Amino acid sequence: MLERLRKPWPDNRAERTLGAVSLLICIGVLAMVGFVAVRAWPIFEHNGISWLGPGGSLEVQIANMTAAGANAPAAVFHLRAWPFIYGTLLTSTIAVVLGVIVAVLSSVFIVELAPERLRRIVIPVVRLLASVPSVIYGLIGILVIVPFVGNHIISPGEKESVQNVVQLTGGGVGVASLILTLMITPIMIALICEALIAVPPSWREGAIALGLNPLRAVRAVTLRAIRPAIVAAAVLATARALGEAIMIQMVSGGKSFSPKPIDGIVFLFEPLRTLASAIVDYHEGIGAPPLRAAVYAFALLLLFSAFVLSVAGYLIKLPLRKYQTRG
Amino acid sequence: MSTLTPSAPPSIPSSGRGRRSSPGSWRWGDRLMLACAWIAGIGLCLIAGAIVVYMGVRGIQYLRPALLFSRPQVSANQAGSGGFLDPLLGTALLTVIGIAVALPLAVASAVWIAEYGRPSWLARVVESCIEVVAGTPDIVIALFGLSVFQLGLFAPFSFTAEGGGVYGQSFIAAGIMMSLLALPPVFAATRDGMQAVPGHMREAAFALGKTRITTIRRVLLPSVRSNVATGVTLGMSRIIGDTAIVLLLAGGTPRIETQGSVPVVSLLRGTGSALTTYVYGNSPAGEGEAPQKAYAAAFVLLVFVVLLNLAVSRIGRSQTDSTGIAVAGAAV
Repeated sequence: MLERLRKPWPDNRAERTLGAVSLLICIGVLAMVGFVAVRAWPIFEHNGISWLGPGGSLEVQIANMTAAGANAPAAVFHLRAWPFIYGTLLTSTIAVVLGVIVAVLSSVFIVELAPERLRRIVIPVVRLLASVPSVIYGLIGILVIVPFVGNHIISPGEKESVQNVVQLTGGGVGVASLILTLMITPIMIALICEALIAVPPSWREGAIALGLNPLRAVRAVTLRAIRPAIVAAAVLATARALGEAIMIQMVSGGKSFSPKPIDGIVFLFEPLRTLASAIVDYHEGIGAPPLRAAVYAFALLLLFSAFVLSVAGYLIKLPLRKYQTRG
Repeated sequence: MSTLTPSAPPSIPSSGRGRRSSPGSWRWGDRLMLACAWIAGIGLCLIAGAIVVYMGVRGIQYLRPALLFSRPQVSANQAGSGGFLDPLLGTALLTVIGIAVALPLAVASAVWIAEYGRPSWLARVVESCIEVVAGTPDIVIALFGLSVFQLGLFAPFSFTAEGGGVYGQSFIAAGIMMSLLALPPVFAATRDGMQAVPGHMREAAFALGKTRITTIRRVLLPSVRSNVATGVTLGMSRIIGDTAIVLLLAGGTPRIETQGSVPVVSLLRGTGSALTTYVYGNSPAGEGEAPQKAYAAAFVLLVFVVLLNLAVSRIGRSQTDSTGIAVAGAAV
């Protein structure tokens, strides 16, 4: 066996083998979509597409699903998962909007402004922030930030104002979105920096020669040139934010509640659940077929949006390729 | 293309007195942005520093060598619940399995894409598939793994109940799904490395009468070794840091429980936990209320991540063409 490996390999057979291995990955992806879709099917069968919408109490629906045995009646499959979808969209939107601002500013700082010495510190720091596990962010969130917010930032009056609807402990929209921002910013910085570096320096130099100050040159020329890259980075970061499960589950208060912007500042402290954190929360109950179908339906929705976002990111980046030579 | 070439400079700064433009003479908007950029850059450093220092302080406060070498025990109070030797070993085992599965797949497909890639539409499909894998949330990968390994076909891979019910939870199941996390960074690093190898190296090998595959084995793969190492390190840090897959697929027993009697197979079929799920389980979000243990384990986890980061920069420094910031999952 080893002897045969050492001898020169026939070229065409090697090509076919390598191609087959690559195909294996494609088959794996197809299998992933297939398996998740098949298991999610009962929800679509009973609710159609309207399980994405609002209606009724989600807590009650989930409780019914958990209690149902193997031969569940069709009524148990009734699901209206809008609170989870709303929670996902809410946290991701806040995180991405904040994250884009921070990421653009710090990318400009890294590439254009920072002295060489400082840059040598900031780049590893960004890389470290990207690779800190989500459970550590969640742990700091749940043990440090949530108690702090609950004890010092929310006033007793604010707690009383929504007492009859929901208990405020500190965890909720605000904390979850802030930590999520911190988690997705490094990815955006990496992509935006890559684009900033690729902009020909002569463009900016030309702008400076025309009398613009260096920062205005960056704003008027460089940032404008990489606008597609910024949007693409935001799109990819959105995909990351949608799928974050563990951290959100730890700091979001763990209630199927829809935070209401009408409540004013208290809105930021109201608990919520996202699609991904709901999967973490309910995974132990998936022995019950209705709940299993629901959990896989959430997963299918996440998979679908990740796919759409990745296609969108590719399409947005297309104009960049026209003037950038990669590799 | 109008977006790329600004038609006219928006306005010329009002103060043209000084030859050299210093921030003092800039407009307020520009000064504000300059300040914000500095604040953002320094702020990120401060936040990262705060996280590392805080975890370091807590880690030194609660981490005892005994914790690293004693096995966890089911106990009501923190004093009696033992250490986290088993989760530590579980993390190591999952990393080994994940990398062992991901490395050949990723390198083979990267080589195929970079060197053969025919037909080209198929190459594009493969690349898109890997991009999809990179974008898939880990929790979805975990659910996919659960549905695959609960098939009767894969019963030998996991714990099986008396009545024939397959739980689909084992180290091998979790490890194989982990390989999907490590696949994209290894693939991207290898492909980029292969594409950066200058063409004359291939031509020189061909001129010596080498075939394509021999060129790949003897010339190209050795020259991209450091790229592969970067990819593997990024992949390892993704595997070590992942919670969702371990939570759903590794069984969640505090100790490593083997299944069956064949030495290695019983371990692979067995269940256990990793450092991440240990932290999760001992935090207020899980069942065990043992924040001190959670801090200690999280500190160990953070040390691993920092070490892997240092390794990436170390390998990256030896590469001549490293300009960007390598972030796992962002590079595909």
